[in-house]
Amino acid sequence: MTKQHDPVDTEELAELGVLSPAASTAPIEGGIREYFHNYMLRLRGGDMGSLPAVCGLIVLVVLFSAIQDTFHTLYNFGNMLTEGAGTIFLAMGLVFVLLLGEIDLSAGTTGGVCAFVMARLMVGFGSPWNTWPITLGAALLTGLIIGLTIGLLVSKVRIPSFVVTLAFFLAFQGVALVISDWHRGPIGNIIVSDKVVLDFANGNMPLWAGWVLVAIVVAGYAWTKIAAATARRRAGLVGEPMSVMLLKVGALAVVSIGLVLLLNRNRSLNKGSIFRNVNGHTVRVTPPPVEGVPWVVPVVVVLFTVLTFALSRTRYGRHVYAVGGNEEAARRAGIGVDRIRISVFMVCSFMAAVAGIEIASNVASVAPNSYNGNILLLAVGAAVIGGTSLFGGKGRLLDALIGGAVVEVIQNGMADLVSGPNGPAVQYIVTGLVLLLAAAVDALSRRRAGSSGLA
Amino acid sequence: MPEESILELHHIYKSFGPVDVLKDVAFSAQAGEVTALVGDNGAGKSTLVKCVSGSYSIDSGEYLFEGRPVHVHSPHDSAGLGIEFVYQDLALCDNLDIVENMFLGRERHKRRVLDEISMEKAAAETLTSLAVRTVSSVRQRVSSLSGGQRQTVAIAKAVLWNSKVVVLDEPTAALGVAQTAQVLDLVRRLADRGVAVVFISHNMVDVMQVADRIAVLYLGRTAGVVRRDEVNQQQLVELITTGTLSDGSPLAESLAQTNGAPA
Repeated sequence: MTKQHDPVDTEELAELGVLSPAASTAPIEGGIREYFHNYMLRLRGGDMGSLPAVCGLIVLVVLFSAIQDTFHTLYNFGNMLTEGAGTIFLAMGLVFVLLLGEIDLSAGTTGGVCAFVMARLMVGFGSPWNTWPITLGAALLTGLIIGLTIGLLVSKVRIPSFVVTLAFFLAFQGVALVISDWHRGPIGNIIVSDKVVLDFANGNMPLWAGWVLVAIVVAGYAWTKIAAATARRRAGLVGEPMSVMLLKVGALAVVSIGLVLLLNRNRSLNKGSIFRNVNGHTVRVTPPPVEGVPWVVPVVVVLFTVLTFALSRTRYGRHVYAVGGNEEAARRAGIGVDRIRISVFMVCSFMAAVAGIEIASNVASVAPNSYNGNILLLAVGAAVIGGTSLFGGKGRLLDALIGGAVVEVIQNGMADLVSGPNGPAVQYIVTGLVLLLAAAVDALSRRRAGSSGLA
Repeated sequence: MPEESILELHHIYKSFGPVDVLKDVAFSAQAGEVTALVGDNGAGKSTLVKCVSGSYSIDSGEYLFEGRPVHVHSPHDSAGLGIEFVYQDLALCDNLDIVENMFLGRERHKRRVLDEISMEKAAAETLTSLAVRTVSSVRQRVSSLSGGQRQTVAIAKAVLWNSKVVVLDEPTAALGVAQTAQVLDLVRRLADRGVAVVFISHNMVDVMQVADRIAVLYLGRTAGVVRRDEVNQQQLVELITTGTLSDGSPLAESLAQTNGAPA
C-alpha cells in the first residue's frame, strides 16, 4: 500500500487520514461512513481488537441463557460480577507485563501471599494492626515489593521472567502455607470478618450511588472524547467524527444504565416472606433485599480508568509500548528500559494483591488453594482473549475487562451446565480450548498483519 | 575548504587488544555538505562511526565539534552535541505510529499528559518541509510503511530535533530503485538545510550521486578525502580496494603527497 502512483492506493490512503495540504482540507464531518470503512479495512488487515471477544461474549451469554434456567437469573448476574472481578483485576495487571512480551506466572500466588498478609494481620494482632486501612495497605505494599523483586531479577540479573515467576509461583504456595500456619482457622484457612473487606466483594452500593456512578462514567467519557476532538479541530487536525463519538458515548450510556437498572433490582433468590418459628411464636420474616451495584464495580472502574490513562496519555505508557515494540529502539531513544520493565512487574503484582483481596472477600476466607494455578491461567487467558498479544507491544486495559467477562461467563455457565463427577473436567477442557483459540487468533492476526503491513 | 567543519577528527587511534582498527584517521563533516564515508569491509567505518557516537571511546586523537575539543564517552554525549544516528536497522518501533516514533523518548507533555496535538503538528510540518508526500497520515503505524518510508521517518526525526550532524548508515541498502531515489533526494535536501550529513554506503552509484566529498578508509587509515567532481567511479573503487591511486592522474599525485609514499 505504499506505491504513491497507484491510483487505487492513493484513494484508499487519502481516506485513512490526511497529511498533505490538499488532503487536510478534505471534509472531516459526516465521516461516519468513512470511519466504518476504515474500521473494516483494519479488520481485514488482521487488527481484530476486541471484536472476536465481544462476539464470543454475546454468543456465550445467549447460548447459556437458552439452555440453562439458572444462568440468566439476576442473582447469578450479580454473582458473576463479584466472581469475575478477581480475574479481571489480575488480567489488568498482566496486560502491563504482556505488553513487554514478558509473563508473570506467579501473579496468582502473589495475590494469595498478599491476602494472607492481610488476613494474618486481622487475627491475632490488636488495634490498630487489625484495622482495614493497615491490613489492606500491608497487602498492597507486599504486592509492590514482590513486583519489585521480580522486576529486579528479570531486568538486572537477566533471568527470563518465565523462570523467575515459575520459581515464585512454587515458592509462594509454601509462603502462603507458612503464614496460614501461624494462625490456623478451620481447615488451615483464615476467616475474614472485617466488615469493610467483606463489603469489597459482597456489599452493594445504595441504589442512588449506582446512578451517580453511571452519571460520572458517562459524563467523564463524553467529556474526554469531545474535549479531545474539539482541541484537535481547533488545531486544524483531523478529529473523530461527531457522529462516531455520539455513537460510542450512547453505547456506553445504554450499557451502563442497563446494568444499573438490573443491579438495582432485588436479586435475592427468595424474595417472599417466610414464616419461622421463633421461641414458639410464628413470626413472619422478610429476607433483606439484595440490591444495588456491588462495591467491586466502582473499584474496577477507578483502577481501569487510572491504568488506561497511564498507558494511553502519559510518557510512561508510551514508553511501555515502545519497549514492548522494539526494545533496542527504545534504549537508543534514551528510555530507561530496565525501569520500565521493573515497573510493569510492580503494577502486575499490585493488581495481583487487589485480586487476592477481592477473592478473599468474595469467599470470606483466605485459603491457600484458592490462589494456586488456575486463576492465573484464567487471567492470562482473559487478557489474550480480549486481544492483548502474547508477543508484546499490543494490548489495552479494555482487553482485560472484555476477556475477563468471557472467561467468567464460561466458568459460571459451564459450572452449572455440566454437573456430576466429570463437571470440573469439562470445565477445564473448555477453558483450555478457549485460551488456545484466543492465542491462535492472536498468532494468525499477527501473521496477517505482517503480510498486509497493518499490524 | 571554505566552510567551517562542524565535526572534525584528527589522528584518531583505536585498537582492540593487539588489533589496531583505526590508525591516524582524519575525518571531517561540513555544514550543508554530504560527506560520504566509504571503504571495504573491515576498513574501520563502523568503528569510526561508533567512536563518533561515543559507543567506543577513542584511544588517542582529537575530536572537535564546532571547533571546540569535546569528550564523547557515550551515545548520550553525542546526542547532546546534536549528532543524530540513523542506523541500518532503523530503530523504529513497529507498533507505534509515525508521530510517536519521531518523538520517542522526547515526548512533549503538558501537566504530565502527552501533548499529542503539538507533537502531531510538528511531525507533519517536518515531513512537509522535507517535501515528503509518500506518507498518507502521520498517525499511520510504522509497521505499515515501506522501507523507504521508514528511512524517511528516521531521517525526519533527525530534522525534527534540529540535529547539526546526521550520520546515515547504509540508508539505501535494502531499498528498491524508486525508493533509493527518494531517500537520496531527501539526503540532498537535508544537506541543503545546512545539516552536515555523513553518508555511509557500499553503493558507489549512490555515493557519486549524492556526496559532495568522499572520505575513503583503507585498512584503518584514511586513504584519501576527495571532492566528488575530482574523482570518477573507477578511481574511487581503486582507492577503496588498494588504498592508493596508480593511474598517474593529478589526483593520484596529490594523494601520494598527503599520504606519504605509497606502500
